[in-house]
Amino acid sequence: MTTAKELQVKEKQEVSSAAEQTKPGLVFTPAVDIFESDREITLLADMPGVAANDISIDLRDGVLTISGDVKPWESAEEKDVLIEFEVGKYYRQFTLSEAIDQAKIDAQLKEGVLKLALPKLAKAQPRKIAVNAG
Amino acid sequence: MITRRFIDWPGVALRSPIAQLEQMRRDMERLGGAFFGRLGLRPEAAGVFPALNITEDRDNYFVRAELPGIQAKDLEVQVHGKSLTIAGERKIASEGENVKYHRREREAGKFSRITDLPGEINADRVEAQMTNGILTVRIAKAEAAKPRQIAVK
Repeated sequence: MTTAKELQVKEKQEVSSAAEQTKPGLVFTPAVDIFESDREITLLADMPGVAANDISIDLRDGVLTISGDVKPWESAEEKDVLIEFEVGKYYRQFTLSEAIDQAKIDAQLKEGVLKLALPKLAKAQPRKIAVNAG
Repeated sequence: MITRRFIDWPGVALRSPIAQLEQMRRDMERLGGAFFGRLGLRPEAAGVFPALNITEDRDNYFVRAELPGIQAKDLEVQVHGKSLTIAGERKIASEGENVKYHRREREAGKFSRITDLPGEINADRVEAQMTNGILTVRIAKAEAAKPRQIAVK
């Protein structure tokens, strides 16, 4: 990856109603990287402003849901001068095709980036299949 | 795609719905100013990374930016006169040759942005802090920029 590239502003993507929201406020889709090795699937999600205990991760029926609440960080006395980005919750769902070892899921939050390690169940790890010439 | 039509909206010529929306947005901005700023209409963007939110209280300006995954040591914050510069680099470590990507939306790269603060500042009292991927720069206002209560006799 080249490091000389300049970062561009990307508008935060609002969630287009996966489920109707019951709480007021904006909900955004976090940018993610998802990659897999033979043993596990790793997910990295940018969720700036979310504290570790405000993240919820849910995996059921092969659907992974990550959501994060953002507590307002401005004090009540502050008045807006210039507003270029909105603040809101994060929400995103993924369908996982592989069987995941639920007990070994590991989540870490560092500098606003969630790192989720989802180890595959032993039976879902790839096997070499020998082809016999007939 | 927005295909709603705005009927009976005075002053809007019959153009594409998108152009009409844009015109409406500008009208709203002119009429309502900051009032509409947080009601879901697009915030103004400078087109330079990172996007900044600037707020003020009586004694300070607060400049905030969302910089997830950027370590404090990779950030450079400077004040010069009334200008604030935020520069740095976002690094994303390589995951090696053996992984296969399903999604790759996060980007790495350098950035540098300069912005003017609305009033005079005290350059000796500037603090910058990273919390959960949010950079907050607190800049003390110069005495001249603080609001003063005027007693009416």
